[in-house]
Amino acid sequence: MRFTVGRESDERDAGRLRLWPAAIGAEVNLGDRLFRILTAAFAALIVLMLAAMAIQMTRASALSLSRFGFGFLVGTDWDPVRESFGALPFIYGTIASSLLALIIAVPISLAIAIYLSELSAAPVRRSLGFVVELLAAIPSVVFGLWGVFVLAPLLRDRIEPALVPFFGGTANGFDLLAAAIILAIMILPTISSVSRDVMAAVPKSQREGALALGATRWETVRVAVLPSARSGIVGAIILGLGRALGETMAVTMVIGNRGEISLSILDPSYSMAAVIANEYTEATGELHLAALSEITLLLFIVTLALNAAARFLVWRVARLPGEKNRL
Amino acid sequence: MISLAETGPKPAAAPAALPRHERQMIANGRTADEHKMLAENLHAWFGNTEALKGISFPILRNRVTAIIGPSGCGKSTLIRCYNRMHEVVANARIEGRVLLDGVDIYARGIDPVLVRRRVGMVFQKPNPFPTMSIRDNVLAGLRLNGVRPRYADELVEKALQQAALWEEVKDVLDRSGCSLSGGQQQRLCIARALALEPEVLLMDEPCSALDPIATAKVEELIHELGERYTIVIVTHNMQQAARVSHYTAFLYLGELVEYNLTDTLFTKPNNQRTEEYITGRFG
Repeated sequence: MRFTVGRESDERDAGRLRLWPAAIGAEVNLGDRLFRILTAAFAALIVLMLAAMAIQMTRASALSLSRFGFGFLVGTDWDPVRESFGALPFIYGTIASSLLALIIAVPISLAIAIYLSELSAAPVRRSLGFVVELLAAIPSVVFGLWGVFVLAPLLRDRIEPALVPFFGGTANGFDLLAAAIILAIMILPTISSVSRDVMAAVPKSQREGALALGATRWETVRVAVLPSARSGIVGAIILGLGRALGETMAVTMVIGNRGEISLSILDPSYSMAAVIANEYTEATGELHLAALSEITLLLFIVTLALNAAARFLVWRVARLPGEKNRL
Repeated sequence: MISLAETGPKPAAAPAALPRHERQMIANGRTADEHKMLAENLHAWFGNTEALKGISFPILRNRVTAIIGPSGCGKSTLIRCYNRMHEVVANARIEGRVLLDGVDIYARGIDPVLVRRRVGMVFQKPNPFPTMSIRDNVLAGLRLNGVRPRYADELVEKALQQAALWEEVKDVLDRSGCSLSGGQQQRLCIARALALEPEVLLMDEPCSALDPIATAKVEELIHELGERYTIVIVTHNMQQAARVSHYTAFLYLGELVEYNLTDTLFTKPNNQRTEEYITGRFG
């Protein structure tokens, strides 16, 4: 058996195993080359899929794009019967519920992460960390059902009546607040476990440096751990945001599904993912389908744009102070 | 600042019970009052491993004390017992006493944070805070302790000058602490510790990550600081111990083999194992 694709094999080499090509660059191991081409092809597939999705969604929404143009983004009317479609309420609902979820989830997640990585004893750290990660494995429809049967009645009867004076709206339990709470619970494990990992990766010498200066546990976290981990923490928040923006089932079940913009977090709302899930199977009119496709395209763009913006943020906070002065 | 001296017992000074090295010092005209710190029958464990097996010797005020010994002899463990850094490692515990101005820093009710405020520490690997500027690194300790220095600029300059770093960084105080070279970073860490005006400065192999030129600078610095501060330095480099210290303690397998004036220890050691170690026959 020969190992090389020999072009001119020497007489003396006949029958001998040649492990190196006769001239550098003349021959490349065939198996390696195939392997490289194969893996590169799969990697390219990701880019192609992204492009194919964008093209397909644009084509499917062509009718709506030409009919409404830019007005689709700012239109607030969504009426399949009169074939008048504007997506602003859904864009608003998606962004508002996700941001509200972040406001609720980020402080809690960071507290969990700090406890797990800095303050807890080893057995607690392992078991509690495991439970937090288990939370991420629960299917979203389970969260949705819990939202319908437990969270919504609780909000309606106990919590929201007290909030109405401050936020306006009505205490009905199926609203932006309910969606945000469900989303917060769902993104909590992502943000806290990724933050815990990046905090645990901060070198011990940093903590000891702060402790030796007379820092308390909290000051050590604040001075030595959080600054070094901050870009990773921002990354964790992005991951959470990504999950919140695209989450469909649980949000659909509790957000109230009313396509109106209200500034009160206690009013029903609607999200882009929810309207697609609710209406796509029942949409009959061509324009209705095209409008739903355009929402899909929008969700796609919004997620991409927010991720890009967040990545810019990571890049910005990761820079050290004074680095701009460096030659 | 809370004084530990008001809450603890009076310093124990019983010349008859003092071990040999202390008697010798008293014979040299010193008294027990000059003990800035004193380890008394100090044992330290990591889990079930006993790293220190009953260490007793003093750290004299305004002197440089070197702790030498082969790797694994417990010198780093010992120095971390002087500012209660030993206990931040999981499963680590100690027995015995460590006195600071006559007060046991391991007594109940003593806050380790206050101990560390008075007993500063410089580590083996330079560890400036990477997200802070040089200036903020120097001020970090003060800010942590709730001091808002009114003359921050003067303080930064003073600490950096004491650490012999001022001339090199005075124009780049806003740069990251990590933009400096290894030797400069270590001197920045020394400045950071000095800014708190500690009473004792602990240095755990401060030069082991540095090149010879940076090492010479730090050694010179230790020499100068030794006149105003009480310094404890751990080193595996015997020449360094001989160069910078007034007193030397030789540790072997978690036990104190010999504590003596540095000159005496390196020229006429009392103990045969010390002699074997300093002449390079083991360790």
